Amino acid sequence: MSDILQSLIDIVGEKGVSNEPEELWFYSRDPGVLAPHKPDYVVAPKTTEEVQKIVQLAGREKIPVVPMGNGMSLAGLVIPLKGGIVLDMKRMNKILEVNPMGRYAVMEGGTSQGALKSYLQKNHPTLRHSLPDAPPTTTIAANVSLHGQGRLTNQYGFNSDMVTGLEMVLPTGEICRIGSPSIGPYWFSKGPTLPDLSGLFLGWLGATGIITKVGLKLFPNKKIRDVELFVTDRVELVPQILYKLTHLEVCEDINVWFQPKPQMFLGNFHVTIFFTGDTEDEIEFKRKMIWDSLQEHMDAKDGGFMSVQYMKSTLLEMPGRTIADFADVPKGGGFEYSGPIALIEHYPQYAAKVVELAQKYNVLYASAARLISGGHAMMFSISFAFNRDDAAMMERVEKALDEAMTFALDMGGIPWKPNHKEQKMLLERMEPNARKLLLMIKKNLDPQGIMNPGNWEVNA
Amino acid sequence: MTTIRHIEHEQIVHRCFRCGYCKYPSDYSDFNCPSYKAFGWDTFAPGGRMWLTRAWLHGEIETSARFAEIMFSCVACDNCKDQCVFPKFKDFLPDIFQETRAELVGEGRIPPGVRDYFKAVAVSGNPYKLPQSERGDWAKGTGLKPYTNQKYLFYAGSVGSYDEVGKRMAQSVGKMLVDAGLSVGILGAEEGCDGNDVRALGEMGLFAQLAQANIDTFKAKGVKEIITLDPHALNTFKKDYPALGGKFKVQHYSEVLAELIKKKKIKLKAYPVKITYHDPCYLGRHQQIYSAPREILKAIPKAEFVEMHRHGANAFCCGGGGGNFFTDILGTAEDSASRVRVREAAETGASILAVACPNCAKMLTDAVKMENLEDRLEVLGLAEILERARK
Amino acid sequence: MYQLKFDQKVCASCRSADCLLKCQYMTFAGHKEAHGEMMKIMKGKDSRVLNECMTCYACEEYCTRGNHPFYLISEKREEKGLFTAPRPITNQWINMTQMQGKCLVGNVKDKALSCCYIPDLGPLGTGEIFKDVADAGVFGAEFMCPAVHTHFARMSVIKERLPIVIENYRKLGVKEVICLHDECYGTLTSIASAYGMDVPFKPVYYLDFVLQRMKELKDKIKPLNITVAYQRSCSNRLIPDKHALVKKIFNLIGVKAPKRTYQDENALCCAEILRSISGYKLADDVQKRNIDDMLAAGAEYCVFNCPACQSSLSEKVAKRGLKPVHIIDLCKMAIGEKERGTT
Repeated sequence: MSDILQSLIDIVGEKGVSNEPEELWFYSRDPGVLAPHKPDYVVAPKTTEEVQKIVQLAGREKIPVVPMGNGMSLAGLVIPLKGGIVLDMKRMNKILEVNPMGRYAVMEGGTSQGALKSYLQKNHPTLRHSLPDAPPTTTIAANVSLHGQGRLTNQYGFNSDMVTGLEMVLPTGEICRIGSPSIGPYWFSKGPTLPDLSGLFLGWLGATGIITKVGLKLFPNKKIRDVELFVTDRVELVPQILYKLTHLEVCEDINVWFQPKPQMFLGNFHVTIFFTGDTEDEIEFKRKMIWDSLQEHMDAKDGGFMSVQYMKSTLLEMPGRTIADFADVPKGGGFEYSGPIALIEHYPQYAAKVVELAQKYNVLYASAARLISGGHAMMFSISFAFNRDDAAMMERVEKALDEAMTFALDMGGIPWKPNHKEQKMLLERMEPNARKLLLMIKKNLDPQGIMNPGNWEVNA
Repeated sequence: MTTIRHIEHEQIVHRCFRCGYCKYPSDYSDFNCPSYKAFGWDTFAPGGRMWLTRAWLHGEIETSARFAEIMFSCVACDNCKDQCVFPKFKDFLPDIFQETRAELVGEGRIPPGVRDYFKAVAVSGNPYKLPQSERGDWAKGTGLKPYTNQKYLFYAGSVGSYDEVGKRMAQSVGKMLVDAGLSVGILGAEEGCDGNDVRALGEMGLFAQLAQANIDTFKAKGVKEIITLDPHALNTFKKDYPALGGKFKVQHYSEVLAELIKKKKIKLKAYPVKITYHDPCYLGRHQQIYSAPREILKAIPKAEFVEMHRHGANAFCCGGGGGNFFTDILGTAEDSASRVRVREAAETGASILAVACPNCAKMLTDAVKMENLEDRLEVLGLAEILERARK
Repeated sequence: MYQLKFDQKVCASCRSADCLLKCQYMTFAGHKEAHGEMMKIMKGKDSRVLNECMTCYACEEYCTRGNHPFYLISEKREEKGLFTAPRPITNQWINMTQMQGKCLVGNVKDKALSCCYIPDLGPLGTGEIFKDVADAGVFGAEFMCPAVHTHFARMSVIKERLPIVIENYRKLGVKEVICLHDECYGTLTSIASAYGMDVPFKPVYYLDFVLQRMKELKDKIKPLNITVAYQRSCSNRLIPDKHALVKKIFNLIGVKAPKRTYQDENALCCAEILRSISGYKLADDVQKRNIDDMLAAGAEYCVFNCPACQSSLSEKVAKRGLKPVHIIDLCKMAIGEKERGTT
């Protein structure tokens, strides 16, 4: 047995380490199209101290450490590009505290989105968090680490904006708290009024440290949720429709989507508008505001509200269980998307690009955009489904996605959860002094380059 | 990709997205896949099994003890089938795992516990390696007679016939059926292993042999209607036997008792106690029988019935399904299914954990001891509870 | 292409102009104005009717002289591009109901039980009432009456698709098609005849079938002794002679439907189409008046004939204390097949 394996067993016990071919094979890949790469060990810590010891060991041995939640980014962000240790963080899943009056929760990083949702529903029914549309297995730490979005992103920004404090294991093995918990016992602010150090970790995809605890903002959970679905066939109207809707300040979440299948969706752009209320009166009041705001498009016959009765339960489900269905359209267990963060005014150009790429590469598309912070930007997903048994199709999807990202960058967008290739594209375009700053931070925090190497490698 | 091994549903394995809905109950409150809960590696979740099966079929990974452990730690609880979000192939997930185990059996690469189980059943006719002649001994004092031409055959199964906890359960049910005046008999030493778990573990040859022997016996005796103690037997009698020519009317004893209570053949007095109920996978998710056991418990005057957080279609398996009762691959650590389950039962504040399956009864009885909950929680079969409340 | 048979002389000589005067969504000063507007439409001129019609189908019933004012209005709207609904909604309906070869056909022999393209109809056409025909169900766009497109003034879609639907039924070799949706029956009788399309089988209206079956099952009927309000559907206006069946069925199963303002000729639309055409204001007003009226009549149940009406009004009537139920389910309740209060 190697020294490293024995040392890892000493830290987490035999049940917390594997270098068996089965685990190495599985943890070398994600459901997206990027090529796999095997780790040397998969380790599942249960405490911050164990994480600390693992990172210290990795530092001594100069081996990479890749923290992983459920590995569902689809962008290969936890594929161990240079081998080393994959840290499966899902055994660190305790919800440690909910401060209902302060509307925040503190939990271990490997806590799943589903578990937090369920816990709040049971113990704090008037509170909720911004649940992503990803499967409920995805973890809180991974989500904020890649600037995830959720159902409350239109109202309150990226889920990473909702962080109220972090506990980090730094690449040196030091444990450090960020924000108000670094000063006192309360987890209510990730930075302000201090210098906001959370920016050293959020969005870094584990390349600057490992999130072991997260404080997260909670928000009112109103008794009733409802949904309206506005459709238009004039893509150029989408930005103003969104502008009108966001002006109302009553929408919980707004998504715009289009897809060629099934047939009923062909040719239209669908704006799903979610809203909430504690009473029927509140709901009706908001519904009327929403309808009134788009009346002129109805009068011009350019858009209208669909009857949502048959789709309501599906649309209101959180997380949306049918979202993964797209993966099975080509009967092949896969889809991947590029999700640039872009200006809403560019919606028509992005929409045209999706169709163009789908035709060019002969792949099946779907697209859904989610508004961010009341319309300051949107996440525009360019999704392509593929058949995992069809290598050529997977290659076409990879090419289409690469081209989509080039297009997004040309449009002035920035990629969401960029894969390692996209990170390089970004760095090439980044203003030199910004790139220098990034390099300085990465080098200082992770001088040995052991944290999720291959990602945000500024010197590459 | 070249396929070097084959299973019936190999065309589906690549369609799993490994999104992980399969390892949860519908409200995502905790992991509902016993092997994932116990081992904690993604490879031990249904998605892991799907992806590894594909790699194995294509020769990307070899047959190994670990691979076998991953496949045989699946308890066939069917939670993944219910929770998977892909309607077009979700129903086949358990089949794929079962077919993979069968293939491993064919290769002769199976965990020692599984091998020993097959051997015991093949040689002794039961996993306990006890004499066939003692199979009917449990029925002494119950008033049950050997089956001649009664309306019903009461099928006790191996656990009900040989295990201490199982025998208690069988005795209470048997007595209850007799006292209610039902025309019922048992096969005793002529009863054979039902084969449900042998099949789940992938030994198709042995299963066919067991099933055929049972069908022949049932037919020779003129059996038309069967009441089973064990939901495992119920499952295979209903699901697998008809294709082998064994078509009988099969009911679980909970269905029969619920009916007898309705017809006032079993009369009950007040029994003020708080009871929760654990749904056996082969009764619930496999056979969709959720209401009969609850009707029984709710019929007891003054008893308070309380559900565990995970119940019905979302119930967490006791860990004894799919042969794990015998092979014990899940182990008995803190996160083993049975221990998790009794902690959940204790959280309800109930003092009785009602069970409807002898395997669950044994698993949960042991777990209560391991969790030091003996003072707070008693594991009892439905009929054992009824005995206490009977007028 | 099929042409609408519209007798201009009949219309020109009409002394009532009831088609428009009785309209509940447009007002006219009197016969002169209403008749004048109809004449304009007939001659292909512009008319405010072409902009204001809410497509409730009622003028088909109000015209007692055998003409087809509603089809004519819809034809002229399409000719002039004056579509009722927003274009994306119209196109969505056209796309959604396109035939894609995904229909379901049961054990069809002489008779077929048409479930149109409405999933809710399948479970309705079951049980003792339908026991002889339940397994002869057909479902899918291939068997869907395209009448819904009249709401969107897309008569061309109807003219293109209806002959194919009729042909699809013919290919089944059926003698009778029992229509579970009155729109199908209305299409195969009224619309087909207005456009001169041959229907080589006998369309059977489901309430005729149900009434007959309930008579046969008379011994099983336990009078429900309930008070209901009936929601008449738009497509029932295409077959006004069939409206009386509802009362006969109610009588047979012990259901009282007290007189209310919005019944029979004065029935109000379920308003969901109004909502998608013009917005919530008119739709909310119509639905409120309608439900107020149901409650004022002392109804406990709101009885539907059309699954679309049921879908649009169920939640709303339930919130105000009325139990929504399809008339078939009401009959199933009367013979003990369904529990009271279930929909």
